[in-house]
Amino acid sequence: MLTVESLKKSYDETAGRKAGRHDDTRTYAVGGVDFEVHDGELFTLLGPSGCGKTTTLRSIAGLERPTSGRVTLGGRVLFDAAQGVNMRASRRGFGMVFQSYAIWPHMSVFKNVSFPLEVMPRAKRPGRKEIEERVGQVLDVTELGSYASRPATKLSGGQQQRLALARALVTHPELMLLDEPLSNLDAKLRETMRFELKRLQRELHLTAIYVTHDQSEALVMSSRIAVMNQGRIEQIGKPREIYTKPATRFVAEFIGTSNFLEGTVASVHGQEVQVDTEHGRLVAHEVDKAPAVGESVLVSIRPECVDLSRQPRGNVPNEWSGKVLTRAFMGDVVDHIVGVGKLEIRNRSNPNLSIPPGTEVHFSIAPDKVTLVPVD
Amino acid sequence: MRIVRSLLSFQGLLVGGAVVIVGYLAIVPLGYLIHDTFLSSDGTGVSFGAFSRAYGGNAQAGDMLLNSMWFALGSAALALVLGTTLAYVQVRTDTPFKGLFFAASLVPLIVPGILYATSWIFLGDPSTGILNSLVFEPLFGATPINIYSVWGMIWVQGLHLAPVAFLLMVAAFRAMDPSLEESAAMSGANRLTVLRRVTVPLLRPAMISAALLMFVQSLESFEVPGLLGLQNGIYVFTSRIYFVLRAYPVDYGAAGAYAIGLLLIAAAGVLLSSWLQRSSRNFQTVTGKAFRPRPVELGRARPFVGVAVILYFLITVVLPVAVLVYASLLKYYAAPSRKALSSMTLDNYRAVLDMPLAFTAPKNSLLLGVGAATAVMVLTAVVSWVVLRTKAPGRRLLDLLAFTPIVIPGLVLGLALSFVYLRMPLPIYGTLLILLISYCTRYLPYGMRYSSAAMAQMSPELEESAHVSGASWFQTFRRVLLPLMSSGILAGWVYILVVSFRELSSTILLYSPGKEVLSVLIWEQFENGQFTTLAALGVLMVLLLVLLVSIAYRLGARFGLQGDSAN
Repeated sequence: MLTVESLKKSYDETAGRKAGRHDDTRTYAVGGVDFEVHDGELFTLLGPSGCGKTTTLRSIAGLERPTSGRVTLGGRVLFDAAQGVNMRASRRGFGMVFQSYAIWPHMSVFKNVSFPLEVMPRAKRPGRKEIEERVGQVLDVTELGSYASRPATKLSGGQQQRLALARALVTHPELMLLDEPLSNLDAKLRETMRFELKRLQRELHLTAIYVTHDQSEALVMSSRIAVMNQGRIEQIGKPREIYTKPATRFVAEFIGTSNFLEGTVASVHGQEVQVDTEHGRLVAHEVDKAPAVGESVLVSIRPECVDLSRQPRGNVPNEWSGKVLTRAFMGDVVDHIVGVGKLEIRNRSNPNLSIPPGTEVHFSIAPDKVTLVPVD
Repeated sequence: MRIVRSLLSFQGLLVGGAVVIVGYLAIVPLGYLIHDTFLSSDGTGVSFGAFSRAYGGNAQAGDMLLNSMWFALGSAALALVLGTTLAYVQVRTDTPFKGLFFAASLVPLIVPGILYATSWIFLGDPSTGILNSLVFEPLFGATPINIYSVWGMIWVQGLHLAPVAFLLMVAAFRAMDPSLEESAAMSGANRLTVLRRVTVPLLRPAMISAALLMFVQSLESFEVPGLLGLQNGIYVFTSRIYFVLRAYPVDYGAAGAYAIGLLLIAAAGVLLSSWLQRSSRNFQTVTGKAFRPRPVELGRARPFVGVAVILYFLITVVLPVAVLVYASLLKYYAAPSRKALSSMTLDNYRAVLDMPLAFTAPKNSLLLGVGAATAVMVLTAVVSWVVLRTKAPGRRLLDLLAFTPIVIPGLVLGLALSFVYLRMPLPIYGTLLILLISYCTRYLPYGMRYSSAAMAQMSPELEESAHVSGASWFQTFRRVLLPLMSSGILAGWVYILVVSFRELSSTILLYSPGKEVLSVLIWEQFENGQFTTLAALGVLMVLLLVLLVSIAYRLGARFGLQGDSAN
């Protein structure tokens, strides 16, 4: 199990010292991050560019020296600012896949993969025969077996990606680090490789940290996701939780699309929470933790949870009416934008439904699909 | 404690050693130079006596300053205009004879400045020069060309430097993303507007640094002013220093004062160019990627451009080399005539081989060339790694130090080094070692250029992935860095080997009898007026350099791992 405790990384190393003030004057690329990665888990750091996810990953790899914090794996201390411990990247024994793949252009496919075995400390280094066997195995797993003698530069993008993976796998590392490994592939290949990677990770029971800015990639592949923003973690959770129960406005906005309404809690009866918004009252089912009466909340409703119909249904909660403003056909789904007064609500439904703009429509939202996000 | 331990590691020793060596090479000579120049004659206090002797009333310092600037600026301008035009035509148009451009660009490598200047003496001497006596006299009845003038010096120096400007600008043109220009064209700009508003501003950083290099190299050139200027008493800084040191009694202080003046002008050039580039630092046009833009079609102008290219090649390459070969076969130099042709003989070559130094000089040159090239490339590989890949404190200073020698003219360095080792009790003065030190210092910046270019075009992720794979620093350096840099390092090695052969300006102050090198041998022929022997020696030297360069290219093709696909 990997544990990261209050990890901070600042790039203007001298700012704090020069000013003679406290650490607070510095700007942090990573501003205090805590999380744990369990064995066999694919843990994703998800966030927009510049959120500190890659810096966090590189700090775990040992390629960056964090400003403060602690990183341990099992019982091993990899980094501890307080004790002045910083194990070299080459001693950590991780496998890493870089965004650019970082395939060594002067070596063959085989040599690229055998390199991590060849540079092992003499005592642990496997014999030549064993190296050949292990490289062969891992090349077979990544379906590169027939390319072993090729120069590494003569591979296609997808093959280079798998070669980078093979090189990271060959030492059976305790932890795999993947830095946006799929972002250089075209859309079709990326889709295939997602499942491929996930299958490998499951079959080999790998523990992995995966960095990406692509939310659908994160949702498909991860055991758990940490959503990062401006050097901090906004929420850690399983993909379904992150999607259905965003903890902050940032998470709700970053993951998927949502309709947002500002509101105040009017009443709480057990799990049933009534929220007053500018455009009317909404009923929500809050299972975990009900807010207090009078608290302001952000209501988030996913477009696919908006139930659109031409006729009013009557006895359903949260039923509003409005007028279709535009519709957008996207092949597998169709979106309708419904105007309610000044408010615009996006609905996403099966493409069979198609209502021309200008039509009066009714829509309802099931109370358990109304998510209340605390406003800070 | 941590610092001590990290300094004692292999990596720490390597880095520390590199810093000490670079600092020693770059700083110590200048320190001695300044110290000895400002030392008063009684050896106790600071004095400006040397400066008043050097620049005072009857030293004609004003003329010298004017000549120096005129010569350096003129040569730089000629080289830059020629080089940039040629580079544009070569890279961006569908001109014929594209290969000839690169053949012409080899000239400064294989024909050293001293030989190039000699060739132009044969061609442009006012009375015996072939161009005057065979072309202008019979056709126009006048002999307008006088190579022994500042214009003559600019012509020879500019032509000799133009290929360097050409190669620098070719790299700049190739590294520029053509989509930047295409998008300007899509925005409705015509070809001229694109050139003026997009191409030239983007190339400005490359042009400024090329101009600076041309300026400094012309300023410090000794061969051309020495061969062409001294005849008519046209002095520039370098020839003045040489003159002062050859006079009796030797006035080291005055020579030092000229050297410091020269250094200040070169430093001013560097400051000016970095001031001019202050705003262009933000746009990086060099992405390390070679682009293949669609060439501009010359259309009806194509044959004319083709003729111009051939003319350029004839004038700058064929003519000087041919005249050198021709002169080497004559007993006394004379313009071609039936009589001259019938008296052709191989006597000069026999004379060369009979010289007592016929084998020592090339051997010394080769020893020095190989030694300097190896030392510089090993040193700069480490230094560029420290500068580009570590966050070691003072790495910028190290970078600066390694580039400093580029503004130290060869003659100044020679003078400064003789100050250093005449005083130091080490047995270095009068040996080949002092020449090796001089060459290492002079070519440190060029080695840096090759090494850091090779290092910079390599993604740091290639090293990081080796680290993550468990490789130690040394394993990474040996198995990933060096092989990937090898083509760049080899190119630098060859370049330094070849330029070491033609080095004259520092050698001429530092060599001692018995330790002559090829270029000094040639200079001695010039001083003794043995032009035809000089020509024979020159032809042999060119052949040797052709051999070296072609071996190097062969090696380059074998070791060149990624090979420049753009070539």
